[in-house]
Amino acid sequence: MHPLRRLLPAACLALAATAAAAQPASEAGKTAAGDPWERYNRHAFVFNELVDAVAIKPAAQFYQTVVPSPVRKGVGNVFGNIGDAWTTFNLFLQAKPAAGLNMGMRTAVNTVLGVGGLFDVAEEAGLERFTSEDLGQTLGFWGIPSGPYLVLPLLGPSTLRDTSARLLEVNDSPIVRVWQEPRDHNPAALLQLLTIRAGLLNAGRVFDEIALDKYVLLRDAYLSRRRSLIYDGEPPDGDAPDQAPYKKLLPAW
Amino acid sequence: MERRFWMTGLAAAALLAATLPLRAQPVAADAFVKQVSADVIDAVKLDKAIQAGDVGRIRALVDAKVMPHVNFQRMTASSVGPQWRSATPDQQKRMLAEFQTLMVNTYAGALTQVKDQTVAVKPLRAAPDQTELVVRTEVRGKGDPIQLDYRLEKAGDGWKIYDVNVGGFWLVDAYKGQFSKDLSNGGLDALITRLADKNKSLAAAKN
Repeated sequence: MHPLRRLLPAACLALAATAAAAQPASEAGKTAAGDPWERYNRHAFVFNELVDAVAIKPAAQFYQTVVPSPVRKGVGNVFGNIGDAWTTFNLFLQAKPAAGLNMGMRTAVNTVLGVGGLFDVAEEAGLERFTSEDLGQTLGFWGIPSGPYLVLPLLGPSTLRDTSARLLEVNDSPIVRVWQEPRDHNPAALLQLLTIRAGLLNAGRVFDEIALDKYVLLRDAYLSRRRSLIYDGEPPDGDAPDQAPYKKLLPAW
Repeated sequence: MERRFWMTGLAAAALLAATLPLRAQPVAADAFVKQVSADVIDAVKLDKAIQAGDVGRIRALVDAKVMPHVNFQRMTASSVGPQWRSATPDQQKRMLAEFQTLMVNTYAGALTQVKDQTVAVKPLRAAPDQTELVVRTEVRGKGDPIQLDYRLEKAGDGWKIYDVNVGGFWLVDAYKGQFSKDLSNGGLDALITRLADKNKSLAAAKN
């Protein structure tokens, strides 16, 4: 039994708490209201910045310098393909069968013809990755509010809802499904981290340059982005009361 | 006789064609965004100095191709919020100057990332008489597409940009969040000082 399975009840509890603390004002845009845990969060943020500066960023730079670009691209594609499988699953959970079939097709093509996802042949065939979905977005789609902003040590920006979803994902995340033994999936997760961080090296520089308060910028960016993703890029405008995205699927009566 | 008829017709057609540009048709909002994006991306692709991060060149490009299409006053006013209206003309002027420097720096950082991207403008969903609307675009290149949306307002026959959304995050919202602490602690003057310091340190880092 996976040790993290013990976290499942905790996750359910956190989820329930999220639902209980449901207040529409906690969505992005109305920021300070969505950050009751700012004191703790700022500590976690400082810790993460430190870890990034001394370990993760240098490792990502090393990875980018040492590993040739085609190899990095292949590695990125493999993780992208695993992500696509997870997206497909979540699209079906969000009752979007057409999009789900499309992503499923893309995953199948890349897994079979693209040698386990190493090559993104589907993209060349016009099956582009048009979205990326995770369990946190699926919960948001069904109307579960984000809850307070939460900075996780090492993992970075999150919310109570997204953290709960992450805990649920731990057992069944695609990475764990593909590399079942911890001795295999831990290095895989590390490699994925390096891939993601290397991809953000330039963006991080831009981010540092414009920030007056990086904690606030990162928080606002994360909350806005998550909200936008849940509404597939078109969240309702500021003043209107938020309506859960799934209601769009219902016939108007 | 017949020949003369044709000559007159031709002359009339030429005259008509010549006057057409004078009665310029209002440009559709999506066509406007497409034009501006293509102009900027093409200019970056042609300019090795910009790709290498030459801030002077990038600033010139932004001043020439982007700023004329931006209602910068409105962006600043909404980023600052209520304190903008009670500010003195001198404060407003200094704020505009510092904020503009910061914006150009922001934009310059983003432009150094342009390599083989193209911009796809999504179909416009707006009534023809709308004076404020959103144009949605997607930047496609290596990796996942990046959402890039614009809020536009009608300005004469054309359009002006008054907010930009990168990956789900509106720029004005971003700056509101960044400005709020200084504004509530020390007012607009404190914010201007903060921006000036930030701009100075950025300039120092680049030279």
